[in-house]
Amino acid sequence: MDFRWDLVWESMPLLLEGAWLTVKLTAIAVFFGIIIGTIMGMLRITRTPFRYLAAVYIDFTRGTPLLVQIFIIFYGIPAIINTSLPAYLSAVIALSFNSGAYVAEIVRAGIQSIDKGQVEAAQSLGMTYTQTMKYIILPQTFRRIVPPLGNEFIALLKDSSLVSAIALEELVRKGNIIMTRTFRPFEVWFAVALIYLIMTFTISRLVALAEKNLRVGDSA
Amino acid sequence: MTTNNNNSNIIQVVDLYKNFGKLEVLKGITTEIKVGEVVVVIGPSGSGKSTFLRCLNYLETPTSGDIIFNGEVINPKTNLNKLRQDMGMVFQRFNLFPHKKVIDNITLGPLKVRKQSKEEATEQALNLLEKVGLSDKANSYPDQLSGGQQQRVAIARALAMRPKVMLFDEPTSALDPEMIGEVLEVMKELAREGMTMVVVTHEMGFAKEVGDRVIFMDDGKIAEQNSPEELFSNPQNPRTRSFLSKII
Repeated sequence: MDFRWDLVWESMPLLLEGAWLTVKLTAIAVFFGIIIGTIMGMLRITRTPFRYLAAVYIDFTRGTPLLVQIFIIFYGIPAIINTSLPAYLSAVIALSFNSGAYVAEIVRAGIQSIDKGQVEAAQSLGMTYTQTMKYIILPQTFRRIVPPLGNEFIALLKDSSLVSAIALEELVRKGNIIMTRTFRPFEVWFAVALIYLIMTFTISRLVALAEKNLRVGDSA
Repeated sequence: MTTNNNNSNIIQVVDLYKNFGKLEVLKGITTEIKVGEVVVVIGPSGSGKSTFLRCLNYLETPTSGDIIFNGEVINPKTNLNKLRQDMGMVFQRFNLFPHKKVIDNITLGPLKVRKQSKEEATEQALNLLEKVGLSDKANSYPDQLSGGQQQRVAIARALAMRPKVMLFDEPTSALDPEMIGEVLEVMKELAREGMTMVVVTHEMGFAKEVGDRVIFMDDGKIAEQNSPEELFSNPQNPRTRSFLSKII
């Protein structure tokens, strides 16, 4: 049995269509994941009762499979409130919610890695908590957590394949469609893997570039 | 109305206690700092001198006792940030903001806390850099500077808030010996200009040259305080004598 490159080639337009959805879903989830994660990561280490809320969110999200979370949001919640949620919106919510928990832990660890003297120096200038976070702690934290954030986004891009389970035609789902049409699993999944690889490789190069450009002044 | 509130006192410390868990670090400190006075705090490690200094601007919250600044009792819930704007602090490990250029380290407080204009803050920062001898370093990042240079920037950063008092927490202890002099020079210059200063240090030469008063702390209390001449040449407390004999 020979490898049919022509089939790989012919699958490309459809697969790239799916890949585009994968990229969109991941990008949106990364955006909201950073916002949710930063807020939750900060709450996690405040001395307010909100820290318990953050802890429950993080533990629940990291302790349950993403696939189950997707099902809860797509099938579970609409069943209770008697409505329906579009698959696309469900996927965005599930992926953002999931990513936020991992980002929260990265942000928390990042904040805690900043020397305590930085907070003291800011406070000694009369800065408020908000000013200290905004101008001193978070800028240094984000420089420092670029590598683990990059890993998280690569994982998220790959995990987004799970939304194929709610019939969203992202990359894996498109692969499945072509597969059932052609019965050539090896060529199809090889092509799918190749596209994922190109996407993840691009992210890791971008992250490395960002890391290099942000290193300014932080030798600590 | 407090009748014993002498107007020349910028800081009054009243019966200050500080515990860390079960450990009693400060055991009843009462003293005052006069306007323009240079007070040098010395003592063995663990005697509570850094904790005392850090209680003055509430980086450590006292367990009990009062800090009265400018006639006003400090209440951490109401006027802490205002207090800190008027009390500059210089740390042993500099604590410059590594992600900001030297000039931005200095202008940050005036811009964000004092709400000065960009032009005003920048002009002032450049003047301060000239004062500490680092005009050419405005656009450098802290990690491009030597320890002595970083500490001089840290002093400039604190001065940019135009504080009424400057607190120094062992400002030369983390420096290589050849860099101590340049930092002490800047501090001496400040003292001569009339800045009120509280300095925790092991630099006895500095204490003798510009100190108005030396406080010797031991075991969480003020064991002895006097003018530098008296305290160094004629210590009354045996603990002071023993400490001085070890370090001079």
